[in-house]
Amino acid sequence: MYDCLIIGAGVVGAATARELSKYNLKIAVLEKGTEVCQGTSKSNSAIVHGGYDASYGTLKGKLNVRGTRLFEDLSKELNIPFDKCGSLVLAFNDEDEKKLEELYENGQKNGVKGLKIIEKDEILMMEPNVSREVTKALYCSEAGIICPFNATFAFIENAMDNGVELFLDEKVIGIDKGDDAIIVRTEKGIEFQTKILINSAGLYSDEIANLAGDYEFSVNPRRGEYRILDKKVSDIVKHVIFTTPTKAGKGVLVSPTVHGNIIVGPTSDPIEDKEDTRTTDLGINKVDEVALRLVPNLALNETIRVFAGVRASISQGDFLIYESKNIKGILHLGGIDSPGLASSPAIAEEVRDFVAKYINLVKKTDFVKERRAIPHFYDLSDAEKEEILKTNPNYKKIICRCEMITEGEIVEAIHRNAGARTVDGIKRRVRPGSGRCQGGFCGPRVLEILSRELGIPVEEILKESQGSNIVVGRTKGVL
Amino acid sequence: MEYDCIVIGGGPAGLAAAIEAKDNGADKVCIIERDRELGGILNQCIHNGFGLHEFKEELTGPEYAYRFIEEVYKRDIDVYLNTMVMDLSKGKEVVALGEKGLMNFKAKSVVLAMGCRERTAGAIGVKGFRPAGVYNAGMAQRLINMEGYLVGKEVVIYGSGDIGLIMARRMTLEGANVKAVVEIMPHSSGLNRNIHQCLNDFNIPLLLSHKVVEIHGKSRVEGVTIAEVDNKFNEIDGTREYISCDTLLLSVGLIPENELSQKAEVTLDPRTKGALVDSNMQTEIPGVFSCGNVLHVHDIVDFVTRESRIAGRNAARFVRGELNNSKYVDVYAGDKLNYVLPQRIALDDENGALICFRSRKIYRNPTVKIYTDDKLLKEKKYKIIVPSEMIQIPLKSDVIRDVKGSIRVDIEGEEND
Ligand SMILES: Cc1cc2nc3c(=O)[nH]c(=O)nc-3n(C[C@H](O)[C@H](O)[C@H](O)COP(=O)(O)OP(=O)(O)OC[C@H]3O[C@@H](n4cnc5c(N)ncnc54)[C@H](O)[C@@H]3O)c2cc1C
Ligand SMILES: Cc1cc2nc3c(=O)[nH]c(=O)nc-3n(C[C@H](O)[C@H](O)[C@H](O)COP(=O)(O)OP(=O)(O)OC[C@H]3O[C@@H](n4cnc5c(N)ncnc54)[C@H](O)[C@@H]3O)c2cc1C
Repeated sequence: MYDCLIIGAGVVGAATARELSKYNLKIAVLEKGTEVCQGTSKSNSAIVHGGYDASYGTLKGKLNVRGTRLFEDLSKELNIPFDKCGSLVLAFNDEDEKKLEELYENGQKNGVKGLKIIEKDEILMMEPNVSREVTKALYCSEAGIICPFNATFAFIENAMDNGVELFLDEKVIGIDKGDDAIIVRTEKGIEFQTKILINSAGLYSDEIANLAGDYEFSVNPRRGEYRILDKKVSDIVKHVIFTTPTKAGKGVLVSPTVHGNIIVGPTSDPIEDKEDTRTTDLGINKVDEVALRLVPNLALNETIRVFAGVRASISQGDFLIYESKNIKGILHLGGIDSPGLASSPAIAEEVRDFVAKYINLVKKTDFVKERRAIPHFYDLSDAEKEEILKTNPNYKKIICRCEMITEGEIVEAIHRNAGARTVDGIKRRVRPGSGRCQGGFCGPRVLEILSRELGIPVEEILKESQGSNIVVGRTKGVL
Repeated sequence: MEYDCIVIGGGPAGLAAAIEAKDNGADKVCIIERDRELGGILNQCIHNGFGLHEFKEELTGPEYAYRFIEEVYKRDIDVYLNTMVMDLSKGKEVVALGEKGLMNFKAKSVVLAMGCRERTAGAIGVKGFRPAGVYNAGMAQRLINMEGYLVGKEVVIYGSGDIGLIMARRMTLEGANVKAVVEIMPHSSGLNRNIHQCLNDFNIPLLLSHKVVEIHGKSRVEGVTIAEVDNKFNEIDGTREYISCDTLLLSVGLIPENELSQKAEVTLDPRTKGALVDSNMQTEIPGVFSCGNVLHVHDIVDFVTRESRIAGRNAARFVRGELNNSKYVDVYAGDKLNYVLPQRIALDDENGALICFRSRKIYRNPTVKIYTDDKLLKEKKYKIIVPSEMIQIPLKSDVIRDVKGSIRVDIEGEEND
């Protein structure tokens, strides 16, 4: 019997697991994917928003501001790539300027620090490449950029260091009220018993709620499409550059990423199918149009990838965090769309407070607070490099030439807690394949390493999900 | 460690350059190669068709490479395998990581011979899902020819570059069904020979002026939608067609790998995406030379060899203090050319210059004319010139010695597109 079961290993589930792992609780995370971080947490803008955008009085407003603040320490404790680079919302006319005033006021009420409305000269000094048509901007020094994958990996790795169990390929298909436990059934036919159940299933949180007999919300998926640009054009902007938001959302942004690329997007279009992560001509054209209005010289031809993510939006508009009306001890986390990433550590605290209503929380005495990231060999000093090479010859072999990733980093990514099992998993942890050649050179090597380290044939190595095998068999000459 | 000449990259370009540098008096020469063997991209090109110019016979890629590798090992040239050059400075300091750990070198001259990489689906912005089954043709070639894995059974190839064409035949021979080669241009970007031997002989349709508009399939490719395009590459309404397949191979162009060159602040030509060089293959940094696919993308390896010998020889001359040209003129590409190389010619060099270019379009019975001001320096007639086939024309030193102004290269003849 578990004290606490968490459905979904996105950033929210992972942050929650890590928060709860501070206490003497028996915890497990159930994830239907082949790895953690395969849902919305893998494809978003990766912004830790300042918190001026969500209306005062909403959960989003409160948890965004709190989450962003928490990330400051968390990023250090858990070694999450996080850069408080600041953001600028650009205004181009009177109407936009009025909106900036409103955002500023709203931000003040939400308790956002470091907000300032700045004039054209100052904007162009900070960001010489934004459009000269700009009239004013809202600057927020507290906003930043983060690696959403490594945030999720860091939370889950540290949670597991502190005793949390993770079950992958474990899709929840039934929830029942037992005599003195909640019973959670999975597709594989396993039954888990728990006192508390947390529904952090993202896009599927409504379906999980339905399983528990709750029908208060339903997810209306909204897709966002993006471009990622090559590192060589990374000088174009230094802050997160937003358009003035409208009712439809925060609009298109142009921003550096923590890895040194430029991200451009997203759109916000309602779609039928939660799995519809297609990119479209229409969407990308829309992105281009707005982005070029913000930054006219943006080198869109230096794109290395287009992608899309899907928001778990609900009609209520705000995060909807509530206890099941049907079964005591179940907490639904509904409508966790943007700023869900920025808010995730604060959402985790909400969950903790909920758990505390049922279980007397006792802090672990041996809680491991820190987690070490996989070192990027290339960025180390010569002395540090020599040090690693002494004990681990795998670091002598560069596998990914675009991002200068060594075999050592890849092998470590596989053997960590919640380690990589797929090609995309390797890519998200240590980045081979996310550079400009997109795996053209390192792909075969990564396959070989995964196969060797996991002890499974190359034919069974997946790109990401079940059925995404990379190769289909041996050639004729090979037996 | 100190070298007279460090060659970065052990493909055909690096091999020829190293041999030539050594033979021309560079004492200490080394090749640094990140792969586990010398030979570069040739190791995965197991088809034949290499060496027609150089050896007057048809060799496979590995056979062609082997002839040079043998020559390297006959000489006192150091070879570092499994060693990646990570950094190169303007002052010709080289940092590499390999079997021996972290290595710091200092060179009197450097030859850049790092080859090129393939353009990707992301770079050309193919829309739709991003499943397994979308590969660059070169990666698929490596998986099939070097590792023995089949990447798919029902294949569409996007782009008619040579690697794509070669892979169409290779996949067919492995029992896969290659359904079409889709090319956005009105002409193929691969060699004519390859279209005949790799597509026509196997009844694989080449769909010119077509593009892939969408990739279907969430986990693994299930199909692609293609459509015809007009001369501005816009989709023509009503021409969409669905082709079911489990694999999409991309052969949509190669890009010189100049990240290292840029670290050394070598100036690049936006058209070739390779270094600006003079007729000695020297970049704007004295003592740094460039050749092969890292300089501009080649279709025929024999031409790589030819150009790389020039680089190697001059690296040696530089080391011996014998590269002292002082009279340079610029070379310009006429309207009908995509680019011309070298961008500068040393008029007072006894070795003359090797002009290389590619045309923008197809020309039948054209004449290539090389001028300075209004004076014709050289002309040469061809049966046909196509964008996919690079042309090389040597200019002897006595032809250029007295040139005053810049040099211009162009094509005269009827367009045929
Ligand atoms: C286009 C876009 C841009 C965004 N930009 C930002 C931004 O800049 N800043 C920000 O703060 N937020 C942003 N967001 C929002 C943010 O990405 C999400 O709020 C956050 O990632 C949600 O995390 P999650 O853990 O709730 O969901 P997910 O990451 O989707 O995780 C849910 C997990 O539950 C699993 N699951 C589902 N059903 C089951 C089941 N039956 N059994 C077991 N497991 C199951 C899934 O496989 C998945 O792994 C953006 C979102 C989008 C789409
Ligand atoms: C698939 C294909 C088919 C072809 N078919 C034909 C044909 O039929 N006939 C023909 O004549 N020609 C053909 N060619 C053309 C010819 O083979 C190439 O133009 C030629 O191989 C280019 O030589 P290169 O030495 O410049 O580059 P490469 O062969 O690519 O060699 C570059 C080398 O540099 C190494 N390197 C790069 N960066 C570093 C670094 N930082 N540190 C250490 N090492 C590094 C690489 O590992 C590589 O080994 C074909 C080319 C391809 C790709």
